[in-house]
Amino acid sequence: MNSIEVKNLTKKFGSFTSVDNISFNVKQAEIFGFLGANGAGKSTTIRMLCGILEPTSGDATVGGYSVAKNPERVKQNIGYMSQRFSLYNDLAVGENLDFFGGVYGLSNEKLKERKKWVLKIANLEGKENLLTGSLPGGIKQRLALGAAVIHQPGIVFLDEPTSGVDPISRRNFWELINELSSKGTTIFVTTHYLEEAEFCNNIILIDAGKLIAEGNPKQLKSEYLKNSIYEIESDKVIEALELFEKQDFVVETSIFGNNIHISVEEKFNNLILINKICEENGITIKRINKIVPTLEDVFIHLLGSEKKS
Amino acid sequence: MNNIIEITSLRKSYGGIKAVNNISFSVNAGEMFGLVGPDGAGKTTTIRILCGLVNQESGTVKILDKDLTRSRKEIQKNIGYLSQKFSLYGDLSVDENIEFFAEIHNVKDYSKRRDELLDFSRLKPFRNRTAEKLSGGMKQKLALVCSLIHEPKILFLDEPTTGVDPVSRRDFWKILSRLLKDGITIFMSTPYLDEAERCNRVALMNSGEIIALDTPQKVKGLMNQQIIEIVCSPVRIAYQTIKRNTALEVQMFGDRINVIVENYRTELPSIKKLLTENKVNIADERIIPPSLENVFIHLIKDAE
Repeated sequence: MNSIEVKNLTKKFGSFTSVDNISFNVKQAEIFGFLGANGAGKSTTIRMLCGILEPTSGDATVGGYSVAKNPERVKQNIGYMSQRFSLYNDLAVGENLDFFGGVYGLSNEKLKERKKWVLKIANLEGKENLLTGSLPGGIKQRLALGAAVIHQPGIVFLDEPTSGVDPISRRNFWELINELSSKGTTIFVTTHYLEEAEFCNNIILIDAGKLIAEGNPKQLKSEYLKNSIYEIESDKVIEALELFEKQDFVVETSIFGNNIHISVEEKFNNLILINKICEENGITIKRINKIVPTLEDVFIHLLGSEKKS
Repeated sequence: MNNIIEITSLRKSYGGIKAVNNISFSVNAGEMFGLVGPDGAGKTTTIRILCGLVNQESGTVKILDKDLTRSRKEIQKNIGYLSQKFSLYGDLSVDENIEFFAEIHNVKDYSKRRDELLDFSRLKPFRNRTAEKLSGGMKQKLALVCSLIHEPKILFLDEPTTGVDPVSRRDFWKILSRLLKDGITIFMSTPYLDEAERCNRVALMNSGEIIALDTPQKVKGLMNQQIIEIVCSPVRIAYQTIKRNTALEVQMFGDRINVIVENYRTELPSIKKLLTENKVNIADERIIPPSLENVFIHLIKDAE
C-alpha cells in the first residue's frame, strides 16, 4: 500500500521551474530518503506534499488525500519536523506539548496520554517544567520529533532533522525513527549526510527539479555508479594525489589521511596500469584495495562536482 | 620543527563545568588533524584557546615554537580561523569581503593572493556578487578564502561543513587537499566521523578529555569487538528479535542489520538460530571492519 503517490508534480515560480514533473510512490511504513543538493527543489516538494504550497500542475495524494484538492485534510494527517523550525525555546517542555496537542485538536484524556508518551521517548519523564531552550541538542531533537507526531499521524516529514547533531544523539534519533516506522508510520526524510541515507528503505535523488535516480541503497550503488574506486596507501601521499589527478582515466581523486582514493573509469579498471604509473614515477604502493563506493560517491557522480559549485 | 602545535596539561572551566580537562597532545607540521567529539565535549573551547581568543586556566600551548600566552599577536599573524558561524559582510562583494580581511590582517599587497584564492576556490566568476547573494556552499568557500588571505601556516576550522550539502562539501575537501599540498597544517573539529576518516590523525574528545588519539586506522584497531553484517528480510523483525532476546548492540539499515559481538565464532550460530526461529530469511552474512563511528560510540560507552 502506498502512503504517498506523486504524479507529474510541477511547481513554477514565474519562469523558473522549481519542481519539474516528478512522479514517485512511498510505501506505507517505509523510511523514504529524499536527497538533493541545496536548491534542487527539495523544500518546494516537501511544502507541496504537506499541503502548504499549491502545485502548478500534477498532483500527489498523501495519506489518501489530494494535496491540490484537499490540502486541509492532508495537513491534519501528517507530522512535520525540521531542524530550524519546531519548538518554542522560551516555553517549558510541557507547554510546548500542550501547544502542539492543541494545534492538532487533541482532547484532555488523549492529550494526557500522548504527552506521557512523548516525554518517555525524549527521556524527559518528570521534567516537563524544564525550559525547552535549556535542553541539550539531542534531547531537544527527540522532543521535537515527539511533538511532530503527538497526534499520531500516518506520515511524518523530517526536513534535515539531524543537521549539526553529534554522532551519539544521531544514532539514538535513528533508533527512534526505526521504532516509529516499525509501528506503521511512514517516514519521509531529507538529509545532507549520505551515510544516513543508508538507513532508508528507498531513496530518490533530485537535481534541478528533476528526478534523476531512485531505488534502494544497494541498487543506487550498483546501477548508477559505473566507476571503480581504489584506496591506495603509498609512501608519498601528496605526490601520488598529484600524479593521479593528471591521468585521463582517473575521474576523481581525494585524500583520506595517509591514503588516497581514486575513482577510475570501468574500461581502465586494472591494477597493472595503476602500479605501472606509480613505479614509473618513483612512488611505492604499500597497499591497494578496491573499495565499495559510498552513497556519497554515487551522489557526487550523478550530480557532477564541477557544475554546481 | 616537527610539532607545530604542542599542548601540555591544558584546562579551562566555565563555572563548575570542566570544558577542557587536562589535555596534552601535539600536532605535526603539514598534517590534517581532526578533533572529534559529541556536542559539549570541549572541541570549540579547545580551538578558541589555540587561536588565542580565550585564555586557558592552566597548562601551556606552544604554536610555531612560541608560547601562546607570551607571543599571542605574533602567533595570530600566522594562523587562520574559520568559526562555525563565520561572519561575512552580506552587502559587500566577494572582492570587498576579501579586501576587508586583508586590511584587518595588515596585508598590503593582497591582489595577487586574492586572485590565486579566487581561482582555486572557483569563485572568480562571482567576484562582483554581494556575499548575501551567494549559495551556502559558496559563502563557506568565501569565508575560507578570507581566512587564508594572510597566508597562515596553520588553519583552524571549527565544524566547517555543518549544514553544507554533499556536493559543496566534496568541493570544500578538494580545496583543503590543495592547502595540504602547499604545506599548510590543518586543525579541524567535526561531529562527523566520515569526515574524520580524511584526517592523518584524529583525537576523540569526550567530557573535556582526549580518550583516543592516533591515525584513523589505528583508532579503529582499538575496538576489540567484531561487527557482523547480516543481509536479511524482513529486516525489521530481525532487528526486534535481536533487541528483545539479547543484550547485543544492533543497528538496522534498509536491507540489513549490524550486530556487535565479542566473538564471531561462538556467537554467530546462536544469532542465526534465533533469527531463523523467528522466520527471518538470511541472505548473506559477513564480518565488516568497524567504522570510526562504531569505535567512537564504543569508546564513549566505555568511558562512562
